[in-house]
Amino acid sequence: MMDKPTNNRAWFFVLPVLVLVLFSSIVPVMTVVNYSLQDSMGVNNFFWNGDSWFRDLLNPDTEIGARFADALLRTIAFSFTALAVEVPLGIAIALCLPRRGWSVGISLVIMALPMLIPWNVVGTMWQIFARQDIGLFGAALTGIGLPYNVTQGSVSAWVTIVVIDVWHWTPLVILLSYAGLRAIPDAFYQAARIDGASRWAVFVNIELPKLQKVLVIAVLLRFMQTFMIYTEPVVVTGGGPGSATTFLSIDLVKIAIGQVDVGSAAAMSLVYYIIILTACWIFFTVMTQIDRRGDR
Amino acid sequence: MRSVLAPRISLVIYLCMLMLPVYWLINLSLRTNTDIMAGMALWPHHPTLDKYRAIFADPTWVHAFGVSLSYVAINTVISVTVALPAAYAFNRYRFVGDKHLFFWLFTNLMAPSAVFALPFFNLFYAVGLFDTVWAVALAHCLFNVPLAVWILEGFVGGVPREIDETAAIDGYSFPRFFIRLFLPLIANGIGVTAFFCFMFSWVEQLLATTLTSSNALPFAAVMTRSYSASGMDWSLLAAAGVLTMVPGAVVIWFVRNHIAKGFALGRV
Repeated sequence: MMDKPTNNRAWFFVLPVLVLVLFSSIVPVMTVVNYSLQDSMGVNNFFWNGDSWFRDLLNPDTEIGARFADALLRTIAFSFTALAVEVPLGIAIALCLPRRGWSVGISLVIMALPMLIPWNVVGTMWQIFARQDIGLFGAALTGIGLPYNVTQGSVSAWVTIVVIDVWHWTPLVILLSYAGLRAIPDAFYQAARIDGASRWAVFVNIELPKLQKVLVIAVLLRFMQTFMIYTEPVVVTGGGPGSATTFLSIDLVKIAIGQVDVGSAAAMSLVYYIIILTACWIFFTVMTQIDRRGDR
Repeated sequence: MRSVLAPRISLVIYLCMLMLPVYWLINLSLRTNTDIMAGMALWPHHPTLDKYRAIFADPTWVHAFGVSLSYVAINTVISVTVALPAAYAFNRYRFVGDKHLFFWLFTNLMAPSAVFALPFFNLFYAVGLFDTVWAVALAHCLFNVPLAVWILEGFVGGVPREIDETAAIDGYSFPRFFIRLFLPLIANGIGVTAFFCFMFSWVEQLLATTLTSSNALPFAAVMTRSYSASGMDWSLLAAAGVLTMVPGAVVIWFVRNHIAKGFALGRV
C-alpha cells in the first residue's frame, strides 16, 4: 500500500464524481444551513436569527428541545435493539450456510430478496401482515392470547418495527459474514481438526477474528440505516401510537413539512447530520486501522 | 451426522420465516377482497389473476412502472460511468487530499434522505427538473455515486498493478488500456456495482416521491396513493406489491454468484 505513486493529475479522474456529488450534496446542505440561521416572516422574507434555533433545540426545557431529546433517545434505543438482534442472528445463520453446493446460490437469492423490495412496499406488506383480521402475523399473535395491536399498543408497535427491521436487514449481516467466512482457507479448519478443537473454539479463535473486518462494515451500515429509518415506521405506524415510534427522521419531516417550522427543522437536520458524521468518522477510523493491520 | 443436520434445519426454518410475509402478500393478491375479508385462508382456494390484469390494463400503473425503471436505469448508468475512473484513481494513485475526499464521499453514502428531501425539492424546482425522471436519477446519485466508487475501488484493488505497467510498456495509450484491457478485467465488479446502484435506487422512496408529483410518479408511490383514494383494496395493493419485487428478483438472479463479495463492498 505504501508504494502508490503520487500523481496529482489523478484529480481529473475524480472530477466527474466530485462535480456530481457536490451538486447533489453541498447545495442542499447550504440551503439547510441558510434556513437554520434565519427566521421568516411569510414567503421569501428572511432575517438573520443567529444561533437561537440551535439553542432552543439543544435545551431540553423548551418544547422543541424536549421533543428532540425524546426522539433522539428513541432512535438510539431502536438502533441498539436492532443491532443486538441482527448481528448475532446474522452470524449464526451465516455459520449454518454450507460452504459450497447447489443450495448456497438459492439461499443467497432468497435472502437478498427482502432488500430489493421498495421500502414503502415493505411497510405496506407488514401493515397487512400484522393486522389481526387479514394478516398472518397479527392473527397468530392474537390467536395465542397476546394483547397485540400495532395501531393501539405502543409495545406492539415498537416490537413490530424491530421485527420488520430484523426481517428486512438481517440478510445483509448474513451475506457480509458469509463473504468473510468463505475467505477463510480450508487449511485453518484442518489444523483445528488435528488439534481436536471444539466447534466453539473454532468459532472464537478462527472465525470471529477473520470476521472482524466485515462485521465492522455490517455494524456501520446497520447502525446508519437504523439511525435514519423513516419509510417503514411511517407506513406501518405513522410514528404512533402517540409518539411511541416517532424516530428522528420522522419527527424531522413532521416539523419541516407538517408544521412548516423550517428553522427548527433545519437546525435539527444539522445536529442530526453532525451526529451521523461523527459516528461515520469513528467507524471509518476503526476500519482503516483494521485494513492497515491486515496489510502488514 | 448431527453436526451437519442441525445447521441445515435452522437454515431452512430461517428461510421459511423470511419468505412468510412475501408468501402472504402473494396469497392475498390472488384472492378477491370479499374472500379476504370473509376469513383467513392459508392458501387461495379460488385463485384469480384479476388484480394483475387490472393493473396491466391501467395506463397509470404501467406508466409508473416505466418511470421507476427509467430513473433507476439512468441513475445506474451515470453512477457506474463516473465512478469507474474515480475508483481507479483512488486505488492506484496518491494525490493531494485523497483520504479526505474519500471520507467525504463516504459520508454522503450515509446522508439521511429526510434531511435532503426539502432542499432537494427547492433545488430541482429551481432548475426546472421537478417531476421528471432526471430529478430522481440525479438525487439518487447522492448516495449511489459514493457507493459505486467504494465497491469499485475494492474490485480495482483485486487487479495486480503489474498489468497496468505491462500495458504501458507494450505501448497502450491510457484510454485504450483502460477500456480495452482494464474494464473487462473488472467486469464482475461492474456488474455487482450496477446491481447495488439498481437496488438502492429501486428501494428508495422518500426522495423519489418528494421530487415528483404526477408525470414521474414512481410505481410504489402510485400504490401508496391508490389505497388512500379507493378505500382499502387489499387485493390490488398486494398485487402491486408483488409486482415491485419482480425486477429485483430478476436482477439478483444474474449476480447471485458475486452477491456475497459485493455486499462486503469488494473488501474480502
